[in-house]
Amino acid sequence: MNFYLFLILSALTLLSALVVVFSRNPMYSVLSLIVCFFTIAAHYIMLKAQFLAIVHLIVYAGAIMVLFLFVVMLLNLNKQNEVHKTNMVKVAAVITGGLLFLVLIASVRTTELSAFTLPTNNEIGYVQQVGQKLFNEFLLPFEISSVLFLSAMIGSVVLSKK
Amino acid sequence: MDWILLAEKAILVVIIFVISLGIAAYSTYGERKIAALLQDRVGPNRAGPWGLLQPLADGVKFFTKEEIIPTASDKFLFIIGPSLFMVTALMTSAIIPWGKSFYFGDHEFSLQVADLNVGILYLFAVVSIGGYGIMIGGWASNNKYSLLGALRASSQMISYELSMGMSLIALLLISNSLSVRDIVDGQAGDGNMWNVVRQPLGFLIFLICAFAEANRAPFDLPETESELVGGYHTEYSSMKLGLFLFAEYINMFVSSAIIASLYFGGYHFPGIDSLNLSPNIAAIVSVAVLFAKIIFFIFFFMWVRWTLPRFRFDQLMNLGWKVLIPLSIINILLTGGWLTFFGN
Repeated sequence: MNFYLFLILSALTLLSALVVVFSRNPMYSVLSLIVCFFTIAAHYIMLKAQFLAIVHLIVYAGAIMVLFLFVVMLLNLNKQNEVHKTNMVKVAAVITGGLLFLVLIASVRTTELSAFTLPTNNEIGYVQQVGQKLFNEFLLPFEISSVLFLSAMIGSVVLSKK
Repeated sequence: MDWILLAEKAILVVIIFVISLGIAAYSTYGERKIAALLQDRVGPNRAGPWGLLQPLADGVKFFTKEEIIPTASDKFLFIIGPSLFMVTALMTSAIIPWGKSFYFGDHEFSLQVADLNVGILYLFAVVSIGGYGIMIGGWASNNKYSLLGALRASSQMISYELSMGMSLIALLLISNSLSVRDIVDGQAGDGNMWNVVRQPLGFLIFLICAFAEANRAPFDLPETESELVGGYHTEYSSMKLGLFLFAEYINMFVSSAIIASLYFGGYHFPGIDSLNLSPNIAAIVSVAVLFAKIIFFIFFFMWVRWTLPRFRFDQLMNLGWKVLIPLSIINILLTGGWLTFFGN
């Protein structure tokens, strides 16, 4: 049962991710990216990581994608008439895309596929467990990343004040 | 897979769905009657005794009206918009504990669809995706008024989500759990008070944010008829308009249930344990108590709508960003300080 669920979810994830890239209408790209985030959250739930799944939804589907949608709506890109790109840009895009593909191939080639086992502890994804780990073992990285976020917030406020 | 459990949950979901729709339908009647009461009018009184069949008449009217899809609109998204809005309005009710469990012999029938370990976060996730229906519908209409309404809706929701989340953090600090059932049970028993007593400021912030998230007056700026014709639903007609309007009432019902559960003891009332009722009777009483609280809050939503004038958009943003967010941060600090120095 879980295996078929996984197959269906993976197919949906890949399909929505492909629509993001191939859709001519930026609105549809944004919406299928939201669908993609939802299916990834479902994958997290299947891996017993409820907290991660729900936070993923709040942060990506709930906050970041709303801003994306906001911008796309304001830019009025719905006419599907893209600006004509010069050949230089096209060549550069092909080269950079190819390089990225090369990096991906190289990294996938050296990865060893190991048989995946689900965590036996059903409560492994609970908030309590995540909190225990985060505030004991990883306290310093956690605090440093919060300082990083704070500086990003202050930076955006300063930039918008100019 | 436990099929009995699955069947139980399916039955519960259907019951909650029907009750949500029923309450939403009669909220429209209630709203008109309360508006009439507050404005010294009679209100609907033609369809059936005391106008009680008015919601039915409205429903028939919505279904039989002509369906118009503007030619310049994005047809797919135009239909998806109201449907999505309805779905997200109904989704939140999954985590609300509607009452104590029923017992059939040894078998426990829980009146909560899902007791999630991350219940409050689920609530927050659904609230944060709730704006998509309006945004998609408003954009797909290809109408300037609709787009403006949709933009207002989304910016309003982003702004008020923040202070709503932060008022919930203070609540979580004192209840030590993210599960809604734990929060409800933490408000009953000896020495425990309703959270509204322990979190007065947090409750006030949450209430204001609930009004803003449900797009209710005085924060109904996405659909101001004096500036934006109809706001995001200007181009909608027939049942698709009905879905938008109906989902608003379902939102109101679910928000009332959440306010009652988080701050007013949910299905508990003081002294419920001293009555020594048998479990099944106690379950029925607890459901009745929760619904009494919910109906009071629905009345409160309507009372406010017909009493307060509408905000201006800059006032709305100022209230959200410059008043509620600092207040909710202060509330978190106060709660944390209290817990550190005086204990729970």
